Amino acid sequence: MERVALERKVLNENARIAAELRARFAEHHILCLNLISSPGSGKTSLLERTLESFSQDERVAVLTGDLQTENDAMRLRRFGFPVKQITTGGTCHLDARMIERALDGWSLEQMDLLLIENVGNLVCPSSYDLGEAAKIVLFSVAEGEDKPLKYPSIFFKAELVVLNKIDLLPYVPFDMATAVENARQIHSGVEIVCVSCQTREGLNEWLRWLSAKRQANKTVAASST
Amino acid sequence: MHEMGIANSVLESVRIEARRFPGRHIYKVGVRIGELSGVDPDAMRFCFEALVRDTDLEPLALEVDYRPRRHECRSCGRSFAPRSGDWMCPHCGAAESQFIEGDELELAYLEVEDGARSAGA
Repeated sequence: MERVALERKVLNENARIAAELRARFAEHHILCLNLISSPGSGKTSLLERTLESFSQDERVAVLTGDLQTENDAMRLRRFGFPVKQITTGGTCHLDARMIERALDGWSLEQMDLLLIENVGNLVCPSSYDLGEAAKIVLFSVAEGEDKPLKYPSIFFKAELVVLNKIDLLPYVPFDMATAVENARQIHSGVEIVCVSCQTREGLNEWLRWLSAKRQANKTVAASST
Repeated sequence: MHEMGIANSVLESVRIEARRFPGRHIYKVGVRIGELSGVDPDAMRFCFEALVRDTDLEPLALEVDYRPRRHECRSCGRSFAPRSGDWMCPHCGAAESQFIEGDELELAYLEVEDGARSAGA
């Protein structure tokens, strides 16, 4: 028997397409963010609050993934920005090929922020690079403070944790300090913002993070040209 | 569960690699799976076996090299496996460490039958 070394990624094809996407985003100075959470944590609500805070001349676009329905795209189109629904059929995550196809027909020159809402799932999306600059993980106080410990991969890979539905804190047994500690057990130093998409509490902190990230992306773009 | 898709990607790679070894059977594929890769080794084995069964790839074994999370101490440079949330270096007691290993999802190797079989065998 002969042993032949391979030494490459299992998701080699996905990695190749993701690298191409990343290069295209860099060329067009686009900041791409990949939002990941369980179903019902509030990804679409966070995007609604985000889009409504933007003026109409913002160059933002949204891709939203689900197994079925155009519901999320319909919710998000109300704000007047380009939104495309990706229905995966049965697939539990978005992959780089789906993003590549969804971008077809969109002019990247018209864009400097691309927000991707992944399929609601804390496990599978963490394995698939979409060419994003950063992954953002959301979870809500109704889900319990141990989510980071149960789903370490995504909390490890995410650059920002958004803890949503803090307006429900009086009604659910959720310990904020433990939740923060759990997230930092998996990813020491990870940034955490606490928001309520209902009462809008904390949203400014999220918008500041986003704005700083966009600014940093522009600075990188300016220095590379 | 995305292990089915991931197992399928492994098999696609095996089929592509097999072209480099005409007439020789591939008996084993080695895959490195990190603790933080988001892939469960048992689910992966289950899916792999189901996909290989009753195909021309049989017999083909999967060997999983599971890699726990490892950190390197910023102070003494030695590596260690942190216990959940405990980042302190067990060698020198320093608090600062850096992630070095444990998010892999990689094809490591193939075990290929020796020599050439005669055509049609």
